[in-house]
Amino acid sequence: MARRYDSRTTIFSPEGRLYQVEYAMEAINHAGTVIGMLCDDGIVLAAEKQQSSKLLESSLDGEKIYEVNENLIAGVAGITSDANLLLNEGRLIAQNYLQIYDDNIPVEMLVKRLCDIKQGYTQFGGLRPFGTSFLIAGWDEHVGFQLYQTDPAGNYSGWKATCIGVNSSSAQSLLKQEYKSKSEPSSSDQQGATGTENASDIADDDTPFSLDSALELTCKVMTKTLDSSKISNENLEFATLTLHNGVPKVHLFKSNETDALLKKYVPEKTTPKE
Amino acid sequence: MDIQLGLAGKDFVILLADNQITNSILTIKHDEDKIYKLSEHVVMSVSGEPGDSSNFSEYILGNTVLYNIRNQHELSVDSCAKFTRKELANALRSRSPYQVNYLIGGYNTISQKPALYRIDYLASIAKVEFAAHGYASYFCYSIFDRMKKPDLTQDEALDILAACVNELTRRLVINHSSYTLKLVDSNGVRVINGEELLKRTSAK
Repeated sequence: MARRYDSRTTIFSPEGRLYQVEYAMEAINHAGTVIGMLCDDGIVLAAEKQQSSKLLESSLDGEKIYEVNENLIAGVAGITSDANLLLNEGRLIAQNYLQIYDDNIPVEMLVKRLCDIKQGYTQFGGLRPFGTSFLIAGWDEHVGFQLYQTDPAGNYSGWKATCIGVNSSSAQSLLKQEYKSKSEPSSSDQQGATGTENASDIADDDTPFSLDSALELTCKVMTKTLDSSKISNENLEFATLTLHNGVPKVHLFKSNETDALLKKYVPEKTTPKE
Repeated sequence: MDIQLGLAGKDFVILLADNQITNSILTIKHDEDKIYKLSEHVVMSVSGEPGDSSNFSEYILGNTVLYNIRNQHELSVDSCAKFTRKELANALRSRSPYQVNYLIGGYNTISQKPALYRIDYLASIAKVEFAAHGYASYFCYSIFDRMKKPDLTQDEALDILAACVNELTRRLVINHSSYTLKLVDSNGVRVINGEELLKRTSAK
């Protein structure tokens, strides 16, 4: 019965579901893991690169985490080609805002605009939805540091720490245990609720985490989440967004920086041989 | 013969504008408020072609309010000025340019600094500490230069504006009976009684 409603993205099934959109979301759950984490003085993003073959040359610059604007970085899970198109659009939106207002685009505005594009493909016919989820980390002067998650349906939500991609649910429960926040120093439930959380809530009670401890926790969660036992710059990517004298600074880790980070925080046996 | 003055002080901005609408040798109205309040912390005074100035100003006002509703935060005075400049520059290169001059003043609640921008009908923009448009500029810039000092207080700023109005009353062929004054600081926009400025003038 469901089959009849499978092929059309924009037609509801009798149970009130949009199958194509659900399939797109399912595709995300098989994509490389991306973890994002807010801390006191910045945001950390980490992404898993799934290796298809030993012979494949990895691209020089990152393939999972991208700079969108001076104050924005995005981690990608899903179909990379779909993500490239949306990222391009995002960069254009940010530059356009800069041209009109002579200021960096507020984070939520960009997230909303990207999600509007995604939403359009779940409503207007004949096309498939975007098979990508983003973790978008950004800073603006109104709210401060923010972390958003988006899905193929065009929903977005704000988080303190979250994860998308394969094994994301186990990573999320790990984050739930380990992530501490100022208001509740114990390791209880501090993650964003389902649905759209108001971004300002995030800024209100900031976390006691320094950037270093956030990187450490990210490494820890990533190690436990990853299927492969071998962890190196070949299958992991890191990026941070921090503030220097009131100006946001994006740092996409080079492969040697990633190795140094892993050496520092990941127990010896799993670090790659030099 | 519109008069538009603006001063940025230590933690505030004051705009002054006359209240007259004229057509040829006729005064059509003498109690018009030419200073628009764009948001809680931004004001904009306008002069130029009467139709253009109300039409374009209302467009800017509408867009600023829309931005504030959509994004749940105020568009800063700096962004307001840049947006106005861009819209004016685009119109200038179209078939229907606008003949309007602006002073945009406000208080940036995030950087906690006042800002004053002067924009003319050719869409040139300058961030300044004091500004004037039209005939008033011939009389008032020298007064500004003489009386200006860093970290101006509100009282000192009103003294400067009073001196300007005094000079205009004495030397400009057209006399303006009343003025609108609006002051912006961290608390928002406040209207200052124009009569009091005139009293200050006569006291000197």
